[in-house]
Amino acid sequence: MSVDQETVRRIARLARIAVSDDDVPHLQGELNAILAFVEQLGEVDVTDVEPMTSVTPMAMKMREDGITDGDRPTDIVANAPASDDGFFLVPKVVE
Amino acid sequence: MNAPVDHKKLIKGATGDWEVVIGMEIHAQVTSKAKLFSGAATAFGAEPNAHVSLVDAAMPGMLPVINRECVRQAVRTGLGLKAQINLRSVFDRKNYFYPDLPQGYQISQYKFPIVGEGEVIVDMADGTQIQVGIERLHLEQDAGKSIHDLHPSQSFVDLNRSGVALMEIVSKPDLRSSEEAKAYVTKLRTILRYLGTCDGDMEKGNLRADVNVSVRRPGDPLGTRCEIKNVNSIRFIGQAIEHEARRQIGIIEDGGTIDQETRLFDPGKGETRSMRSKEEAHDYRYFPDPDLLPLEFTQDFVDELATHLPELPDEKKERFIAEYGLSVYDAGVLIAERESADFFERIAKGRDGKAAANWVINELFGRLNKEGLGIEDSPVSADQLGGIVDLIGEGVISGKIAKDLFEIVWSEGGDPRAIVDERGMKQVTDTGAIEKAVDEVIAANAEKVEQVKEKPSMLGWFVGQVMKSTGGKANPQAVNAMLKDKLGIE
Repeated sequence: MSVDQETVRRIARLARIAVSDDDVPHLQGELNAILAFVEQLGEVDVTDVEPMTSVTPMAMKMREDGITDGDRPTDIVANAPASDDGFFLVPKVVE
Repeated sequence: MNAPVDHKKLIKGATGDWEVVIGMEIHAQVTSKAKLFSGAATAFGAEPNAHVSLVDAAMPGMLPVINRECVRQAVRTGLGLKAQINLRSVFDRKNYFYPDLPQGYQISQYKFPIVGEGEVIVDMADGTQIQVGIERLHLEQDAGKSIHDLHPSQSFVDLNRSGVALMEIVSKPDLRSSEEAKAYVTKLRTILRYLGTCDGDMEKGNLRADVNVSVRRPGDPLGTRCEIKNVNSIRFIGQAIEHEARRQIGIIEDGGTIDQETRLFDPGKGETRSMRSKEEAHDYRYFPDPDLLPLEFTQDFVDELATHLPELPDEKKERFIAEYGLSVYDAGVLIAERESADFFERIAKGRDGKAAANWVINELFGRLNKEGLGIEDSPVSADQLGGIVDLIGEGVISGKIAKDLFEIVWSEGGDPRAIVDERGMKQVTDTGAIEKAVDEVIAANAEKVEQVKEKPSMLGWFVGQVMKSTGGKANPQAVNAMLKDKLGIE
């Protein structure tokens, strides 16, 4: 598997990373090197093997349905570049 | 999916008939105190960002811990939809960027949802029933809310909804008209409200629908569909489908093809329009969320929830028909809201079920609708209405007086029996008094007496006159019998 330059631009756009045209060939080379490395795993037969998403042999912990957090809007927006009256402010986005 | 085509449901185009095919994704907010993965409150109407934990705001290093009650609610809902419950399911990340999604992904379930295939029976207005297949139900997080009209160049973001648990309930493409789609959402909402797993409040956005619409010639394979996002009232769902189906038919009949796309319904204009900006976002790059282990529970956990499931609308309807002798229609009206069904049943217990149903549906609902009130706001309690039904049953008051009594109880309150006593509303059952009134009416209307012998249907006029002269208090059956006797009508 390898990626073309268009795919590199697309991945960058989906990840909201600004990539200049000059950077694309270099990134394409790096990505393809990584993909080639990972491709070696294709040699292993994984028929009927479920994807492993965790190494801990335990059931997921659950919480009870109680209100234990909240009521601190000033903390929540403390790091925001812009806020007003408890709201986050962001550049206007409208459909 | 390929049920026989019902020609009544087809839409007429310029070049022939078209069948519309609809599938729905309903987002239902789970009824819980806290959010799906955090301890922040879910309650509506808080100050901006007051119901937000550092998990919901996606601060670095915060980890989600699932709320057991949300899991229970999803399982209960699955049971209510007669659906397959999956003892093991997996949470995935659905990746996209939007300012009200601080994580940059929504935690959802993709390949392995908590609930699989089920079924909903939907009653149509004409008395027919349709079966709508449920494809799946999965748990996911809601996003925050962006407000665009507070500032000329900035959007305001409130994360109070961020992380609230939603159930996405996906139907199969089994619906064939806007009427069926509206009836399906109505029924699903009723089931959720009975279960207590979602309050179904569409005005607050606690239940909203994405509607998939395509059209085809009857018998053809499925056409290309468009998805109408976030329609938030049952009426709009109907309008959006009607508009979208006709738009697609118009394009195809003009020789064009349908682009699969996401569209938005504009209630002001009554039309759908393209949301081009969403196109690229459709590459969600799902993958299992490494912060969450698979969701696993035992069959005992499911069975325990099943044991405590309330009586569901379909069962209640059957029981009302069998136990109280109600018509299918009346039973359907009464069970539409659990509160109405309970109200009816408090009256019907130990009384004539049909009479109780008549009073609840015709008098009480009629009056509540007129005043724009819900059953929970009814100024007439079940006990009071039961008292009125008792008084009619015992022959103490006539049906006509009962309506006056209902008005008094509605506006002034009080014990119906005491009101009847105090205000002299008792029905006259004294034959002597009725006979006197009957004789007077006959004596005063010699001409009509001749006519009624030719035309017995005029009897009603005589009954009316007697009722009038007795102030509505004469027993109508007694009046009727006596008039027939005296006028010599069979």
